Amino acid sequence: MSLMWEKSINPKDAIGWNGQTLKQMLEKSEKYLEETGRYAGLTELELKQQDPIRYERIFSRLRGGLVNAREIALNISASPIVKEIGELCFALYTPEGDSIALSTGIIVHVHTMSDAIKYMIRNGWEANPKIRPGDVFGNNDPFIGDVHNSDVHTIIPIFHENELIGWAGGVTHEIDVGASTPGSMAYGQTGRYEDGLIVTCEKIGENDELYASYELRAKKAVRAPMYWLLDERTRLAGCQMVRDAVLRVIEEEGIETYKRFTREVIEEGRLAFRDRVKEMLVPGKYEAPSFMDVPFEGEVRMPAYAAKNQLMHAPLELEIGKEGEFVLSLEGANKWGYHSFNCPPSAMQGALWVQLTQTLIPNDKVNDGAYFATRCILPKGSWSNPDNETLSTTLSWLFLIPSFTGMIRSLGRAYQARGYVEEVSAGYPGTWNLTMGGGPNQYGLDSAFTSFEHSCQGTGAGFIKDGEGYCAAMWNPEGDMGDIEAWEILEPLLYLGRRVKPQTAGMGKYRGGSGYESLRMVWKTPEQVIFNVGEGHVFHGAGIFGGYPGNTGYRHNLHNTNIKELIQKQLPLPCREGDPEDSQYSPLVKAEKEVLDYRALTLAEDFKEHDLYLAVQRGGPGLGDPLERDPKAIEQDLNDRDILPRFAERVFGAVFTSDDKGKYRVDEKATEKKRKQIRKERAAKSIPAAEYIKQQREQITKGDFYYPVRDMYVSSFELSEKWANKFRAFWNLPANFKF
Amino acid sequence: MPTYERKMIEELVDGKLSFRQVHKILSSFKDADRFDQYVSILQERVPYDDKIIMPYGLHLNIVAKETGERIVKCDCGHEFCEYTTNWKLFANVYVRDTEEKIMEVYPKFMGCDPKWMHLREFYCPSCFTMLEVEAVPPGYPFIFDFQPDIEAYYENWLNRPVPTP
Repeated sequence: MSLMWEKSINPKDAIGWNGQTLKQMLEKSEKYLEETGRYAGLTELELKQQDPIRYERIFSRLRGGLVNAREIALNISASPIVKEIGELCFALYTPEGDSIALSTGIIVHVHTMSDAIKYMIRNGWEANPKIRPGDVFGNNDPFIGDVHNSDVHTIIPIFHENELIGWAGGVTHEIDVGASTPGSMAYGQTGRYEDGLIVTCEKIGENDELYASYELRAKKAVRAPMYWLLDERTRLAGCQMVRDAVLRVIEEEGIETYKRFTREVIEEGRLAFRDRVKEMLVPGKYEAPSFMDVPFEGEVRMPAYAAKNQLMHAPLELEIGKEGEFVLSLEGANKWGYHSFNCPPSAMQGALWVQLTQTLIPNDKVNDGAYFATRCILPKGSWSNPDNETLSTTLSWLFLIPSFTGMIRSLGRAYQARGYVEEVSAGYPGTWNLTMGGGPNQYGLDSAFTSFEHSCQGTGAGFIKDGEGYCAAMWNPEGDMGDIEAWEILEPLLYLGRRVKPQTAGMGKYRGGSGYESLRMVWKTPEQVIFNVGEGHVFHGAGIFGGYPGNTGYRHNLHNTNIKELIQKQLPLPCREGDPEDSQYSPLVKAEKEVLDYRALTLAEDFKEHDLYLAVQRGGPGLGDPLERDPKAIEQDLNDRDILPRFAERVFGAVFTSDDKGKYRVDEKATEKKRKQIRKERAAKSIPAAEYIKQQREQITKGDFYYPVRDMYVSSFELSEKWANKFRAFWNLPANFKF
Repeated sequence: MPTYERKMIEELVDGKLSFRQVHKILSSFKDADRFDQYVSILQERVPYDDKIIMPYGLHLNIVAKETGERIVKCDCGHEFCEYTTNWKLFANVYVRDTEEKIMEVYPKFMGCDPKWMHLREFYCPSCFTMLEVEAVPPGYPFIFDFQPDIEAYYENWLNRPVPTP
């Protein structure tokens, strides 16, 4: 018995426009771009020019349909990550997979779903498994098109009469992906075979329904199946709403107008991006490398080749060309690794787009036009473009987050040079600690959790003001830390306290926004495994114009505590750490084991009921010499407990008193005098750069570095002769120098 | 396209505009004359007469010299080098490469581990203002933060020649 749709479409016909296959359409589109430099070869935006009101109305209706789909569909989800934090978005694509418009939300995916659609086209999905009206496709494979496995795509074709006229895509972030350890971004794996449920552009439904067989597989594959299954429905319903919105527009405007519009709006996006670059930036080269530590030395749960300390190298360079070309390069990046932080190109695009949409193109007209106006150089074989598709990718953000912070600083340098000082940012901090784990939960069920309170960190300092405190994540412009009560429903961890963490903000004339800390107690469960996630041994980025970076993270957890006894005897309970050199919680608790160290990135560690877990969030980087900070601002920092007195004195050069109520007052004249003294001290302790270079050269020729640093250099040399030559030239080393 | 009075841009640069005013500027189209206004404000404030041709960060500008050179110059008047060379090579540097030195500026555990990373502080050799701080592994080459293409900027984007003294 034939299905309804089969009556209106001949399966032998090509499904693209005007009798073409999708593959033909994609090849033609790429050829147009290559030969003319313009999307679809358009030389004029006729519709936009002839009837601009109508053009904008079509865009608004499509964009409205996407935002509407997001706002309604998220109510289907039960996951706080989707419902409260808003980790979802919807997008509309051309038949070739180029994005036309995007909803609000995790704008990361402007291009990742595009990669997935193009993968299906290039690999003959039209013939097998076939693309038909009502079909539903799923994907979460970053080597096809995604950032990491927990971002799960649903993609549906949109047909009008006999033609596929586009695609609707939706993405949500899942709480657990069924990896070898619990959590949405669990790691410790050395390959994709331990990454959990991976859906590879698979047909997961037809006739607008998910296959029962797929739902059963997902249910049995992940630790939090209720959330996964409801999120599947969230995405599918949203995609269907997008499809309805598109078909309504076509009904009113006509199919030919719709088709013309989709071509023009992408070319407009391309042109607008070039114009914006010329309007805001300065042509030239910008360098802003960053680093990330992977401290896995001695991990008995990993094979020897993976259980070592590693240092990620992201030598970011941005080149702005005379015509407004935007070329981002990671030439010199070191090799991929047997860890879960590898970033296929689609992941790199995801991170790039979520940054650009918050900086250069902060408007609603975001689409693949801007993608076509940019170029990324991602060295094959590096962590940013691995040549091994069996690698794990569950937490690619661990490398993506540090590697793009330099781009924000680079844009900041350009804005300052143009005088647009209100746009300057010193960068952003790492978005962690990520609190994640699992085990039997407070309801007695085996489960997993991924808290997203880390989506609120301090922002980078500006050129004209301090950064904002505890409010943003680089990967989600709608920063929201979520209510404590919501996380406590999901996680068997009670909050003993959540408060601003002093000395998280990077110091400077303007300081970064502060981070915060949460003290959690394992509760109503015999055991859990929990990760600490973040940078610990290195700063993830830097400040700008003389400002310091924000804090690094650390680990401070207490195991086998006497908290139960404290509760029974109604003795004071700890609620904060504050200064780690003078912890306010350690002295209140007796523990058989206290872990306090630089290691902020652990595998899943065992915790028992009443154990304490500290989540240290990060502050933004600073801008300008701290000696130029307004004394009144320092006074406020002290009184608000954003900074600790000893650093106000040493770094800001402040002289102050405090009264018996702990209120600080900064003495401006004495501060001015002390600052002069500090400048003299700088003169005495610093040396000319030429002298420093001479001193260091010897250490370099010996390769006398801690082994992960040395390994990083060795790997970058192996993958890039260009970068090796740059290194040799700087230190005046022979042309054949190697470590 | 908006344009703003000089006083307003001065207040913006000095961080004295209200949040509401800054927000309005952020949300509006950009004022095309900003570059010239900003350079003019900076020029008025520096103690030297060399013509600023491009702002180059807090306290640094690229200036045009009579000799035809384009020099990176500090607000205090100190001249580093041609803008095509990294000015840091002519700065004073202080490196925080021990836990003790790092703990002067960060609480223990909230700064980097010196085996993995150092902080390099670059000071102007005349006024000892801290102009940049690098956070890099030991042995990393100095970062050349910004190499503007001044010709392309003026001639291709502003459609006018690069200013001369």
